[in-house]
Amino acid sequence: MATEFEVYEHDVLVIGAGGAGLRAAIEAAGSCSVGVVCKSLLGKAHTVMAEGGMAASMGNVDDRDSWKVHFADTMRGGQYLNQWRMAELHAKEAPDRVRELEKWGALFDRTKDGRILQRNFGGHRYPRLAHVGDRTGLELIRTLQDHGIHQGIKFYMENTVVSLVKDGDRVVGAFGYDRERGRFKLWRAGAVVLATGGIGRAYKVTSNSWEYTGDGQALAYEAGAELMDMEFIQFHPTGMMWPPSVQGILVTEGVRGEGGILVNNQGKRFMFDDIPDNYKSSTADKEEEGWRYVTGDKNARRPPELLTRDHVARCIRREVKAGRGSPHGGVFLDISWIKEKVPNAPEHIRKKLPSMYHQFKELAGIDITTEPMEVGPTTHYMMGGVRVDPDSQMTNVPGLFAAGEVAAGLHGANRLGGNSLSDLIVFGKRAGEHAAKWAKENGRGTVDQAALAAAEAASLKPFEFGGAAENPYRVQHDLQELMQDNVGIVRVEEEMKFAQDQLQLLKDRAAKVGISSHREYNPGWHTAIDLRNLLLVSEAVTMCAIERKESRGGHFRDDFPAKDDAYASFNLIVKKGEDGQMVMHRRPIPPMPDELKQVIEENK
Amino acid sequence: MADSKALPPPTPFLKTSRTDAWWIPSLLTFLGLGFFLVYGTWAILVGKNYTYGPYISPLYGLELWGDSPHALFGARPGFWPAWLPFTPGIFIAWAPAGFRFTCYYYRGAYYKAFWADPVACTVGEPRSSYLGENWFPLVMQNVHRYFLYFALALMLVLAYDAVESTQFEDGFGLGVGSLLTMMNVVLIGGYTFGCHALRHLLGGRADSLPVGFKGACYDGVSACNRNHMKWAWASLFGVLFVDMYVRSCAMGFIPDLRIF
Amino acid sequence: MPQATFRISRGDSATHSEFKDYAVEISEGMVVLDAVHLVQMVHAPDLAARWNCKAGKCGSCSAEINGMPRLMCMTRLSDLDLSVPVKIEPMKTFRRIKDLVTDVSWNFRVKEKIKKFKPRPADNADGTWNMAQRDVDRVQEFRKCIECFLCQDVCHVLRDHQKHDEFIGPRFIMWNAALEMHPLDTDDRLKELKDDNGLGYCNITKCCTKVCPEHIAITDNAIIPMKERVVDRYYDPLGWLWSKATGT
Repeated sequence: MATEFEVYEHDVLVIGAGGAGLRAAIEAAGSCSVGVVCKSLLGKAHTVMAEGGMAASMGNVDDRDSWKVHFADTMRGGQYLNQWRMAELHAKEAPDRVRELEKWGALFDRTKDGRILQRNFGGHRYPRLAHVGDRTGLELIRTLQDHGIHQGIKFYMENTVVSLVKDGDRVVGAFGYDRERGRFKLWRAGAVVLATGGIGRAYKVTSNSWEYTGDGQALAYEAGAELMDMEFIQFHPTGMMWPPSVQGILVTEGVRGEGGILVNNQGKRFMFDDIPDNYKSSTADKEEEGWRYVTGDKNARRPPELLTRDHVARCIRREVKAGRGSPHGGVFLDISWIKEKVPNAPEHIRKKLPSMYHQFKELAGIDITTEPMEVGPTTHYMMGGVRVDPDSQMTNVPGLFAAGEVAAGLHGANRLGGNSLSDLIVFGKRAGEHAAKWAKENGRGTVDQAALAAAEAASLKPFEFGGAAENPYRVQHDLQELMQDNVGIVRVEEEMKFAQDQLQLLKDRAAKVGISSHREYNPGWHTAIDLRNLLLVSEAVTMCAIERKESRGGHFRDDFPAKDDAYASFNLIVKKGEDGQMVMHRRPIPPMPDELKQVIEENK
Repeated sequence: MADSKALPPPTPFLKTSRTDAWWIPSLLTFLGLGFFLVYGTWAILVGKNYTYGPYISPLYGLELWGDSPHALFGARPGFWPAWLPFTPGIFIAWAPAGFRFTCYYYRGAYYKAFWADPVACTVGEPRSSYLGENWFPLVMQNVHRYFLYFALALMLVLAYDAVESTQFEDGFGLGVGSLLTMMNVVLIGGYTFGCHALRHLLGGRADSLPVGFKGACYDGVSACNRNHMKWAWASLFGVLFVDMYVRSCAMGFIPDLRIF
Repeated sequence: MPQATFRISRGDSATHSEFKDYAVEISEGMVVLDAVHLVQMVHAPDLAARWNCKAGKCGSCSAEINGMPRLMCMTRLSDLDLSVPVKIEPMKTFRRIKDLVTDVSWNFRVKEKIKKFKPRPADNADGTWNMAQRDVDRVQEFRKCIECFLCQDVCHVLRDHQKHDEFIGPRFIMWNAALEMHPLDTDDRLKELKDDNGLGYCNITKCCTKVCPEHIAITDNAIIPMKERVVDRYYDPLGWLWSKATGT
């Protein structure tokens, strides 16, 4: 056994303490010893930023809703590249997972008869999102956190994992350091659950926090796991545009769900101009009908502002490119207009969208009850990630599980708003359950000390170069600009090829970044370590984006603007090749059972 | 505790990194409450000039015994020891005084302004020991709701005084004094009906808030409660002002203007 | 580009700390956290500061700016006097780890000791409950809390009198209130609040309410209602008789 590191032992180790990680930990803690490692303090994970709600077909507001409609909506939104089995499990299990939260103390907004209220959201046929004003993510994470601390789970806050520990093929733990003192630690575990979230920090304009550096994807990749659908990144249509320091911060889709409209600088509601064919039958063609929809008229169709995120984001970009944008390169999102329809509208808006009201008031000096907001697309969510078994959430590496944003499959080419929070709790639970089972059946395994020493040496490299060497913040900044400009919301071959070349140069620079001072709580060092992960996922994204020569969901190619059926039957997979280089292949989508095909047909 | 060993030492008295004029609110509280205390005590102890025509100073509220026509039971009672100076205000004034003394808003305000505990947020304190309201004497602040009961009863008296203030010798009328007396009822009402203890008794005590009429009352009290500080100051100075007005009329400094 | 100076407290313990001045270029709409990031990028890569969401939703970047506890990400430079250096210090109520980062683990330990949520049996056969929006609203105000611990930092009972062992601070009195007022909760925490959690230490300075970035009326809606519930139980003999007599 190693003596130079602090060593901790658990049956299940969860990496990440957002919604998926906590839900997995709670599930596993029911039957075994669980540790949770997280980069930040408990309760600060990016889940707190989720605003709109969590999708579950409880049918409290519209009883025509059912798992079948939810399943069909999810598949349509994902352009049928989703792992159908995950979409099926998700749609079936989400209602129970939401009700369970209430048992643990969550307080959702209520219907008049006292049940959980559900709201409309883009791409969902019926009002389906259980919510708490516009801070549903905070409610989710606080509920899980406060339930979790009484389950005997051991939390390792402000600890970062730098590599997974393997015994032969299987994963038997994780190796990392604590931020406070910079000392290395080994967590031995029978099974490891990755719940590290996304990769938003690879981009300049993002709604994601600093933690979103693709750690889970990179750790899994290095351990031999397959990454899938990496080309599909969701650019949320409405991020803040001004002032510069807040650029990218999310403006919830709930604003549009409550009646907010998108207009260009000519005052035109441009979303009516471009409604995709497969949504024509379910989208309003008159403003008046759209308003009836957001006020709860079951017979009205949804306004085009509530089309899927990929589509809305591209429409906004089109307006801006055509010179019809707002002064700071976005468009206008206006909720204040509802004063024509609603008595006491300012009060209503503050009640329904309290944190949006404060966000604009305090960060931009704008009162959203009287003036429009300036919004534009922002990097928001990674549909792709680690490929997992739909039922157990285990990756192709034995003992390694993944859940939440870090895992791929549920959302296909584009995620529907509200499906993310329910994804966390549905598959978080499944990952926890199966990880516990696996750990009990397979025991701990042995640890290769040499690999740990190598990982430690690699992590400490920046100190050897010292403060005069390459600055990690600079490299990160340049990477973000590169990805933003060349592998962003609209992609073309030559730009991505350029990015591919540049990434190699950035890798070289990253290998030489230096750090002064000591290891204790040194954010420059932390940034240097995160860089490796960011570069790796950026490379994967670029490689897949070049390969998919069509436009679908979150992936839009200016040189191939149409959907191509030739690309409809497979997912792209990358993994580490024998020679250590990244390799890619196409994985056919497993055939869908006839019952599910029929469900999709019925809900077209 | 392990944590506290590594904590920085307490900030020295009146030291802070704040750059704003943090001392102003406490200074204003000190001056405002100080003035009221001095003036109010004098006005009550002086024992005369508290009525004028149909008006009575709110400091004397319900006059139980006294020389004015407002007195309920006539002149100075027989049981009152001859050596003790007599003032009609003494029978009532303790109730509103106690109500305000134990009021949650005033408590916070005078702990800061009179006891520097602390003078303002993040400003260093003069004493290192601290008992809070955990122990005697301050644990007695918990009697607040009993004062509330008296304060509510006094609302009736003040309302009665307001009606009386229109009953001039020549019949029904309205003077500036009547309007001030009515204003006083509104201000004291806004303060009294915003009481934290009242809010608790009306519905705050239960996990399910009242609906219907009681619910409306609870909402009304909550609305007043949100501005409890403003009501507290407005009503305090309202009382002072009405007293000064009545007193000035009684002493012949100013004439009372009749509207009709 | 205009410049501004930030006077940042650096050090790794209570005894070894010093202020260092950093000048950075500022632009429209910047917040204090942006300035700290610029300092990290340009002058001091090892300057320790916590942050996550940069949108006032996670409560990580708590610090004291010109002496007032605030979130760095929600403090706009345009609201500060930039003609003099802007002072940035770590929270004073907790042990400093390094620079602007403090050890807030005490808070997590306190929370663990508070009795957990215990719901009444489900109202409906499918395991669900019915609740009125009105009752939910009251508790949701407290659940808005982002656990930035600024209220703990500003409270003089912890800050100046360091009663960490006897007093749980505004955040957790409010957490008790959120549980006690929860429409479904059946447990009782009043005795602990009074005897172990030091509710009586609060002398209603309202500093917690003043610094709350979520604008929660901590004092009026959580602490005082809890004080009143404690009065019900322990300090109100007439009320006690009344409830005995009327059976309420």
